Amino acid sequence: MSGHSTYEPKTGFERWLDTRLPIVRLAWDSVVDFPTPKNLNYWWTFGGILAVCLGIQLVTGIVLVMHYVPHVDHAFASVERIMRDVNYGWLIRYMHANGASMFFVAVYIHMFRGLYYGSYKAPREVLWIIGCLIYLAMMATAFMGYVLPWGQMSFHGAVVITNLLGAFPIVGNAITTLLWGGFAVDNPTLNRFFSLHYLLPFVIAGLVALHIWALHVPGNNNPTGVNVKSKEDTVPFHPYYTVKDGFAIAVFLILFATFVFYNPNALGHADNYIPANPLVTPAHIVPEWYFLPFYAILRAVPDKLGGVLAMFGAIAMLFALPWLDTSKVRSMRYRPTAKLYFFIFVVVCLVLGYCGGKLPDDHVIPGISTFKLIDADLNSFVWLSRLATLYYFAYFLVILPILGLTETPLPQPESISSPVLSSHPAATPVGATASPEKKG
Amino acid sequence: MGATSEPHGSGDDPNRRDFIHIAAIAAAAGAVGSLAWPFIDQMNPAGDTLALASVEFDLTKVAEGQQVVLKWRGKPLFVRNRTAAEVAAAVKDDGADLRDPQKDEDRHKPGKAQWLVVVGTCTHLGCVPTFGGGDYGGWFCPCHGSHYDTSGRIRKGPAPKNLVVPEYDFLSDTKVKIG
Repeated sequence: MSGHSTYEPKTGFERWLDTRLPIVRLAWDSVVDFPTPKNLNYWWTFGGILAVCLGIQLVTGIVLVMHYVPHVDHAFASVERIMRDVNYGWLIRYMHANGASMFFVAVYIHMFRGLYYGSYKAPREVLWIIGCLIYLAMMATAFMGYVLPWGQMSFHGAVVITNLLGAFPIVGNAITTLLWGGFAVDNPTLNRFFSLHYLLPFVIAGLVALHIWALHVPGNNNPTGVNVKSKEDTVPFHPYYTVKDGFAIAVFLILFATFVFYNPNALGHADNYIPANPLVTPAHIVPEWYFLPFYAILRAVPDKLGGVLAMFGAIAMLFALPWLDTSKVRSMRYRPTAKLYFFIFVVVCLVLGYCGGKLPDDHVIPGISTFKLIDADLNSFVWLSRLATLYYFAYFLVILPILGLTETPLPQPESISSPVLSSHPAATPVGATASPEKKG
Repeated sequence: MGATSEPHGSGDDPNRRDFIHIAAIAAAAGAVGSLAWPFIDQMNPAGDTLALASVEFDLTKVAEGQQVVLKWRGKPLFVRNRTAAEVAAAVKDDGADLRDPQKDEDRHKPGKAQWLVVVGTCTHLGCVPTFGGGDYGGWFCPCHGSHYDTSGRIRKGPAPKNLVVPEYDFLSDTKVKIG
């Protein structure tokens, strides 16, 4: 898509097709001959891994629908039937359930990669925003999918999340009633969630196509963040990155299989194997692990509407990021101060996730009571969440905007190739061995 | 949309062509708009859901100091037979610093202070609070730590409102009709 095509139809049929629907040319230019920076590291393999994740979720999901019954009286039993009676149903369902978690593992690594290497900066803002939309669609899909087995966590998770929208003044209650199709989460809710859970993955697939399109216009970012200057900075996608991605996918699938076959319920909650009971909320209700950081932000604010706004705001930060980071230097390799704040940010996200899984009033350091601040002991998860939430927003709204103006970045290399060549003892072209890439 | 700046050939009446454009676009927009509402409103509660019957409940089933949980409109409903101590505690706190100020006597039927009927969903995010927990002797919501007192009033935690008292009437001394 960038530059002109090097595809040459070889057979008569290919020539015939190429003048009618140049689909082979499109595939050739996108995944065979696509010029890709030659210095991509393994953090860049998660795009391919995510494509595999989406494929697994689509295939296993379509199969599960052949056996699932979307009705409050039958949903739970039909899932148990899949687990016990349907041939290999256990395997397919465990692949689908753990597949969601694996999808989020990969997407979070993919996003942190983009944050660290400045992949959201010009000219890749649209690429980044499409990625944020994919993430939003993933969260909606995962949430609605978790409701479908109609267990205790499914039901009360749906109650809590749909009630979030009730926090908005005036229109809030009308929105929740519209979402529920009744006065509580019930059969109409389950039916529409099922419908949307089936639809959204195809929306994601469409967004992924746009994401790849937007990627192929400027081309890949790379660990130096320096633009591709010449042909010597790139290698063709195939075989260099098909093989590298393929290897990473294989390693990732080992992790995936370890969960599916050895610990398929490790990432779930035992309470969801109890059929939904609208009259009793489980004592300790938490969302799936991939939502925990946002859940911690929600609980950190001691006000209903404020908590909801903070939670949505946390995601909105990602959309605004290309215009919040004022630094012209993409890669944090050359931003030593920003790098430090970035790693604190990663830790803060993990801390938020940890806090989200704990009861707000529990002590962080067991057995020590400090003093009460506003409404809770300072040594409590709610206060840890508050501090972490503060840093989360400060990173986007204060640190990145100011740092870009004040910090002195390290010198960036001339080109992608130059740091490799200059660290070589024969950097200057003296011998024939120096650098065949450097000619021309 | 009106294409007013378009150059027109000789002999054309610009107003006529503009009119056709505007009329066609307006008709299309009207058609899409009027079709959009049915597709949004189909999500709202259906007729049979709206027709949910009210429930009658025999109070003799609830001993003093106990509560019974009914299902009403898909939600839990607490019918609580309060002890004298619980009522006294609730009345005593009428003047306390309340987030959603309401006297205890406004939350039960006149002369029926022992009977408290409230919708059993936390006004924060809709979880079902449990009785006996929390700092105020009433309900405690396990989800996000809201504390309600013995009158079902919010005292601490993220919930903004008191537990909702639904419309109900005493049909006799021992029977209530809710809804």
